[in-house]
Amino acid sequence: MIVSMIRVTVNGDAQRFDGPLDVAGLLARLDCKGKKVAVERNGEIVPRSAHGSTLLADGDRLELVVAVGGG
Amino acid sequence: MTDCLVVAGRSFGSRLLVGTGKYRDFAQTRAAVEASGAQIITVAIRRTNIGQKPGEPSLLEVLPPSKYTYLPNTAGCYNAADAVRTLRLARELLDGHDLVKLEVLGDPHTLYPNMPETLKAAQQLVKEGFKVMVYCSDDPIQAQMLEAAGCVAVMPLASLIGSGMGILNPWNLQLVIDKVKVPVLVDAGVGTASDAAIAMELGCDGVLMNTAIAAARDPVLMAKAMRKALEAGREAFLAGRMPKKLYCAAPSSPTEGTISPSQSKAA
Repeated sequence: MIVSMIRVTVNGDAQRFDGPLDVAGLLARLDCKGKKVAVERNGEIVPRSAHGSTLLADGDRLELVVAVGGG
Repeated sequence: MTDCLVVAGRSFGSRLLVGTGKYRDFAQTRAAVEASGAQIITVAIRRTNIGQKPGEPSLLEVLPPSKYTYLPNTAGCYNAADAVRTLRLARELLDGHDLVKLEVLGDPHTLYPNMPETLKAAQQLVKEGFKVMVYCSDDPIQAQMLEAAGCVAVMPLASLIGSGMGILNPWNLQLVIDKVKVPVLVDAGVGTASDAAIAMELGCDGVLMNTAIAAARDPVLMAKAMRKALEAGREAFLAGRMPKKLYCAAPSSPTEGTISPSQSKAA
């Protein structure tokens, strides 16, 4: 089986993963599973309902955010 | 409760809005928020694992959105595009929640708002269906522009964010209050209870603060003090203060019938 490596930037950090990988899979690998996070992919929001159906592509830029204390 | 703060059609019994940053830990955050009586709390949107300790419960667990109205902010944004992106993420994170605090900062030294970028972001956010409460300068004309753009509340600074310098320009705040119809909340600069009371006596609809509580020696006690200050200031405003007179004040006790009539005549 040929596994293609994909390179994505997550919160500013370049990372490599075995593909294919969707957003839900990425969250699981980053230990974010079950955690309430919002995801932006290449400047566009990926709704929670689409995490399992949005495949990552080589070169994607992702932002994973949470709510923290602030004024 | 008849005297409510009404923002974007939603009513709140408390006119005090509090931030959730700068506390020692979540236990203190929660205790201070509870003591403040606030129903609206601001939160920041940050990359995962930034501003969080591993294994620590999330803010969403400590202060559940079912109990508090979240006001996600755009703190740290210096242009309209970043602010809009941040709030789109906030809306996704909070399941479609649309009440937000827009702040676009001008520089990291003063944290003074960048008003052209703030207005640009406000227009875009309103177009996208957000209910925008906006941190702004205390310029009444800019406040009117933000209102015209569709913001649901304008929130001028009383003095610089985190400065605790109090109400530096009550006259401008008064102009903003007179000029706009949407609620006016002082956001930033309050240092102690009397500052909050002054804002409310001027006729502000509410006050938003974080550092004044979090940086007090006893944040929970200060939160309680702020709650009372807001209530006292609001009631004083509604009651209508007596006019100020430098001189010729009438004594509150009868002038007749004192036991030394000659002295009372002389006085």
